[in-house]
Amino acid sequence: MSEDARARILSRLRAAPPAAAPDRPDWQPPRFGDQRMARFRTMLESWRAEVHDTTAAAWPDTLAGILATKLAGKNSRTVVYAPGTATGKTLADAWAGREDAPALVPYTEPVESFKSVLVQQADAGVTGTVAGIAETGTLVLWPGADEPRLMSLLPPVHVAVVAASSVRDSMAEVVAEQGWKDRMPTNVVLVSGPSKTADIEQTLAFGVHGPKELVVLVVTDA
Amino acid sequence: MADTAAASTFVERAHKVLGNTKLRGNFRRAMDGLMAKRAAQFADIAAWKSLRARGAAAKRRVLARLPELLEQLEANCTANGITVHWAETTHEANSIVLKILQDHDARTIVKGKSMVSEEMHLNAFLQKHGIEAIESDLGEYIIQLAGEAPSHIVMPCIHKNKGEIAELFTRHIDGQPYTEDVAELTDAARRVLRSRFAAADAGLSGVNFAVAETGTLVLVENEGNGRLSTTLPPLHIAVMGIEKLAEKLEDIPPLLSLLTRSATGQGITTYVNMITSPRKAGEKDGPQEVHLVLLDNGRSRVYADDQLRDTLRCIRCGACMNHCPVYARVGGHTYNAVYPGPIGKILTPQLDGIAVAGDLPHACTLCNACVEICPVNIPIADIMVRLRREAVHPSDSPAVMGAGCKHTATEAAVWAGWKKMYASPALYRMGARMMQRFGNMMPGGMPLLKEWTSVRTRPVFAKKTLHELAKEQGYSDV
Repeated sequence: MSEDARARILSRLRAAPPAAAPDRPDWQPPRFGDQRMARFRTMLESWRAEVHDTTAAAWPDTLAGILATKLAGKNSRTVVYAPGTATGKTLADAWAGREDAPALVPYTEPVESFKSVLVQQADAGVTGTVAGIAETGTLVLWPGADEPRLMSLLPPVHVAVVAASSVRDSMAEVVAEQGWKDRMPTNVVLVSGPSKTADIEQTLAFGVHGPKELVVLVVTDA
Repeated sequence: MADTAAASTFVERAHKVLGNTKLRGNFRRAMDGLMAKRAAQFADIAAWKSLRARGAAAKRRVLARLPELLEQLEANCTANGITVHWAETTHEANSIVLKILQDHDARTIVKGKSMVSEEMHLNAFLQKHGIEAIESDLGEYIIQLAGEAPSHIVMPCIHKNKGEIAELFTRHIDGQPYTEDVAELTDAARRVLRSRFAAADAGLSGVNFAVAETGTLVLVENEGNGRLSTTLPPLHIAVMGIEKLAEKLEDIPPLLSLLTRSATGQGITTYVNMITSPRKAGEKDGPQEVHLVLLDNGRSRVYADDQLRDTLRCIRCGACMNHCPVYARVGGHTYNAVYPGPIGKILTPQLDGIAVAGDLPHACTLCNACVEICPVNIPIADIMVRLRREAVHPSDSPAVMGAGCKHTATEAAVWAGWKKMYASPALYRMGARMMQRFGNMMPGGMPLLKEWTSVRTRPVFAKKTLHELAKEQGYSDV
């Protein structure tokens, strides 16, 4: 049945009068020059993300401090992380043996056996990013075998670590520079702020399905 | 849809709704907000024009190369591990979805927002076969509780205020107290839907853009329910119209920018979810299987006409609704169609036929507001006029189902007479003189005049023609 449908649809389309494909007219995505980082931060904050400037050496400490306040009163104080990524390793090393840091739970087994931790228990998930986009205040997440997709979605707080050096002006620039068309992974997600809805009387409410809070750590080498 | 459409006309439904002050207030408030937010996004007119030209060209290119791009999309999706299905009709699409679900013993599915699934009336179909489909977009969840259809393609429950939603939640959610606090209502939906997500056997979604070059499905959303529907359950089924393609990945940034800014006045949605394959070996989550259902449902017929084909450029942003003076007053349900507003007024008669939806192109003042703001520059008003014409005076284009069905001998004769009179100066002068003398004696209730005078003050014919007045003023060359 399906094979016939395919043939019939395509033959109807082919029988239609041809039209010439127009060229793509010139279009330039916006540039921000030395205002790039300021734009990135302003836009992220406009989505109600919390932005912290920190360094490659200090970010796990910064995060421990942020989460100490945020997770105070939560009974589990559980943070899901990806031990196979550079971000995960840095975090685990820095928090090892720290009494005041929340408990780190690695996401290393298939979701089928890890679902209850993600859905009911985890207070936060920490992921890396492959780029930031200044125009829209956007983080580019590139999940994979080492960094599963749901850790940025199910826990009520999503913490994303962004290298300041990876921030670009526009999505178009990131897609071209990183050569996405030849290497699309299972899933790429652009994240701009915490989960939100305005379905009830156009009134903004956060965390309707995904994280209620997005914490962005902008990391410089210094 | 056809059954109820036959039961009442657009005009009858509009009259009923125009007296509903609560509903009109809900729409007025929402439309004003959305128009202001969109205008703020495109304050730089030069940038808007250049972006719109880029986006329109991207969609024109898709239509110019549609058959080969569909094959390219299919080949790339297949290579990526996504199973592609083709459906000529909504019934065929429903059957394909049902078969996939039955093959997996699926009993419940969670849905992200999908207008194509509304076009298929998928939920009702699945329910008949014992499968529960749960809408998870907050707006869709609300109208599912209410047993209603969406009234807007982007904001489905825009017609409801928080009091009505609070009552629905109290009635349908166990232990939910009455509250009009939007954050508390949202939390209640989160609690209920979380457990449904975790237990669902499959997820179903629409597609905003399918990239032929890479075989990637691009989905935009703010809530995260789309990501959950396409990530947590072991099976993901995506449904899309055959026109919703992008040729290359480089077309996505300008198209996304046009879509989200036009739709809700946001520079970008919270999530842009790009899906290229099912879960790969070693990956911990994501569905084990991804299926893509390509639905025709009349689109290839529309495609056969090179003017009407422009309808298929639509990226479903809903901005034409937000800017339509008719939509803002009568709301989405009055159209009695899956796609309301200006785009619905041209799309519905083309998909369902003029016999069913022929009154929709008349629910328009041709004010052109939708044409001015359409991010892909669809000549909505021209197509509206064309469809009005097709209804009474069919062209030889096979694209319009039911063309000519509103043709009447009387109307044809009136227009033929009119044409003759306007082509001859002598006849025209004679006609004008007749109207001067006897026009005001015509009874307002006479057959051809009745429809006009029933809603308008009857005009009084002037004693002197414009030519006579001009001559009196000393113009000689008239």
